[in-house]
Amino acid sequence: MSTARDRFTYLDANASEPIRPQALAAMMDAAEAVGNPASVHRAGRAARALLETAREDLATIFGVQAENCIFTSGGTEANVLAITGQGQGRRIMVGATEHDAVRQAAPGQAIPVTADGVVDRAALERLLAVPGAAPALVCVMLANNETGVISPVREIADLCHAHGALLHVDAVQAAGRIGFDMAGLGADSIALSGHKFGGPKGAGALLLAGERFRALTPLLAGGGQEQGRRGGTPALPAIAGMAAAARAALAGQSVQAARLGVLRDRIERAATPLGAVVCGATAPRLANTTCLLLPGRRAQTQLIALDMAGYGVSAGSACSSGKVARSHVLDAMGLGEGAGCAIRVSLPWSVTEADVDGFIAAYAAMVARLPARPGVVA
Amino acid sequence: MRILVAMSGGVDSSVVAARLVDEGHEVIGATLQLYDSRESTKKGACCAGRDIHDARRVADRLGIPHYVIDAERRFHDSVIGTFADAYAAGETPVPCVACNQGVKFTDLLGMARELGVDAMATGHYVRRVEGPDGPEMHRPVDAGRDQSWFLFATTRDQLDFLRFPLGDMPDKAAVRAEAERFGLSVAAKPDSQDLCFVTDGSYAGLVEKLRPDVTGAGEIVDQSGHVVGQHEGVTRYTVGQSKRLGNAAMRDGARQMVVGIQPASRRVVIGPRAQAVTRTLMLRDMNWLVSPPGPDGLRCAVQIRAREAARPATIWQAGNGGARVELDEGAVPAPGQACVLYDGSRVLGGGFIRRPDSEEKGVSDA
Repeated sequence: MSTARDRFTYLDANASEPIRPQALAAMMDAAEAVGNPASVHRAGRAARALLETAREDLATIFGVQAENCIFTSGGTEANVLAITGQGQGRRIMVGATEHDAVRQAAPGQAIPVTADGVVDRAALERLLAVPGAAPALVCVMLANNETGVISPVREIADLCHAHGALLHVDAVQAAGRIGFDMAGLGADSIALSGHKFGGPKGAGALLLAGERFRALTPLLAGGGQEQGRRGGTPALPAIAGMAAAARAALAGQSVQAARLGVLRDRIERAATPLGAVVCGATAPRLANTTCLLLPGRRAQTQLIALDMAGYGVSAGSACSSGKVARSHVLDAMGLGEGAGCAIRVSLPWSVTEADVDGFIAAYAAMVARLPARPGVVA
Repeated sequence: MRILVAMSGGVDSSVVAARLVDEGHEVIGATLQLYDSRESTKKGACCAGRDIHDARRVADRLGIPHYVIDAERRFHDSVIGTFADAYAAGETPVPCVACNQGVKFTDLLGMARELGVDAMATGHYVRRVEGPDGPEMHRPVDAGRDQSWFLFATTRDQLDFLRFPLGDMPDKAAVRAEAERFGLSVAAKPDSQDLCFVTDGSYAGLVEKLRPDVTGAGEIVDQSGHVVGQHEGVTRYTVGQSKRLGNAAMRDGARQMVVGIQPASRRVVIGPRAQAVTRTLMLRDMNWLVSPPGPDGLRCAVQIRAREAARPATIWQAGNGGARVELDEGAVPAPGQACVLYDGSRVLGGGFIRRPDSEEKGVSDA
């Protein structure tokens, strides 16, 4: 029997995309730049030029002014900076299926989602209209990390603005996978993470819509870098890699999405006759993501069985201990006990047809061997 | 063989994993997360988090896959909850038996079977011996680390699937030497405490938090119900105990001990040892690792406390999966504790000591 020792297929792109060769090349170049972007000498200027080129590239792709692109250490920092930097003293509400990076930064009442995982616009409108208790800042994600469900952010933005609230969008999973820009979303700020679209881990960005957010309260004041909004020497190699990855991801985005969608659908067509339910299947979704719920089989056991067979997928959101926690996303979608029985398959940009066919065979073998236990919960 | 090793992050189970890898088996490590380490971090101790980290580092070193299994809710309900409930019912429970039998040998072992591995190994100090009628459980070579008493509830089916590679180790020093030889970072790690989930050293405090209904001071009474002293809480007492009795420790020239606990009235009943001694024990939830005895009963040795010698006795089956034990010489059994049956080093089975009803003991439970 072939085991994980022989071969491993990575199908966990929403945790981290494999690095793109263009990103790696840009990183290596930037790593050789000796200077600090803040230095006045020739080496400093060279480093600064690399940094500002990366900034202009990202800003152009997402339709913001270069000066409104703040580099951070990643998606979590970008989200937390948006929330704590803009939300000082304001009432904040976040979607029920948001990532922990957002939920932990803004505890309180969650905006419910419908059964297909989309933000419940009627409920949001009611919350926005409560006199004296309406939020001043709303945070929703463009695409969900566990289900791939895409929220109608434009409509949500219009609702928020009609009630005088700002909208922050966590676009960490969407960036590089669907095309969008600030004006199209109608958002006031957007968080990005480089390694979710094929850049290195360790760089992200907060994009701001306009002038009124220039006075953002920094999380780290430090030496006043990033126009006083994020102290600390920027991680230039990671930032250059992120910008190169964004260019590469967006260049072939629609062709890639179509290709991934075909492969994702192939998995779903094979899994559903085996008893799997696709979470959020009726909503618009990212082409690379499927969340397969297998009633009566703990997600934890499924992950281990698939890993032993050489396939890397995930479930819920992995906490630092590595245990598989029950998914708050699927809980919010009203899946009840089933929330502990779903795995996420997220196809990376580099996936092949053979990878997908191999996964389908491994999944079928796992379903055949794992006994379904009624009432099993995580 | 493909073997799943239950790795706690301690030196014992780490050596088990290293030995099995060394013997050429395909080893998979698994660590149970029994409680949220972030909660204990706040209190300054990060036991579970540190142990899981250690287990992963050992697995990395050995080049084996390792998984963290979430058992928090099951552990809370099946071990901590029943532990507190037993104290609230006037018993002295053995949570390690509930944990071994539930979270480890039912849930984790069940998962190992589902994953199609051939066996599950643990770092317990007990020997599994292939006998003429299948696998037998025996006391380990190192009597000082004997865990057979805590494993009496292991079923024959579970024993068939389990392996205990440390049962033959002469002493802990030898285990640590093996850890050194394999280059394991945990070689010098201190041994874990008895009750892993009691982080602040006070099981009584934990029980009182979970069951506030039995919390608080109460009376120490004699067997006629006369108040002879005060106590700080019934959860701090066990039948057979002679400490914490204050001025009531000696009465009429006779040393006193706890002979009963009445949580509902928060009373601790004391009496002279002679009156606390009994020869008959009623057991519940029996697990038999041999065929249950017929009408003549079974001669064996029974151990009624974790650290105590076994004593000669005869055992008969009783109703509802229970048993009746007649000791050759009287003893002071504590309800809730295990009574484990041995033939020499071999474990024959065991059950939990039942609380005698009021008529048997002549003590009313108000």
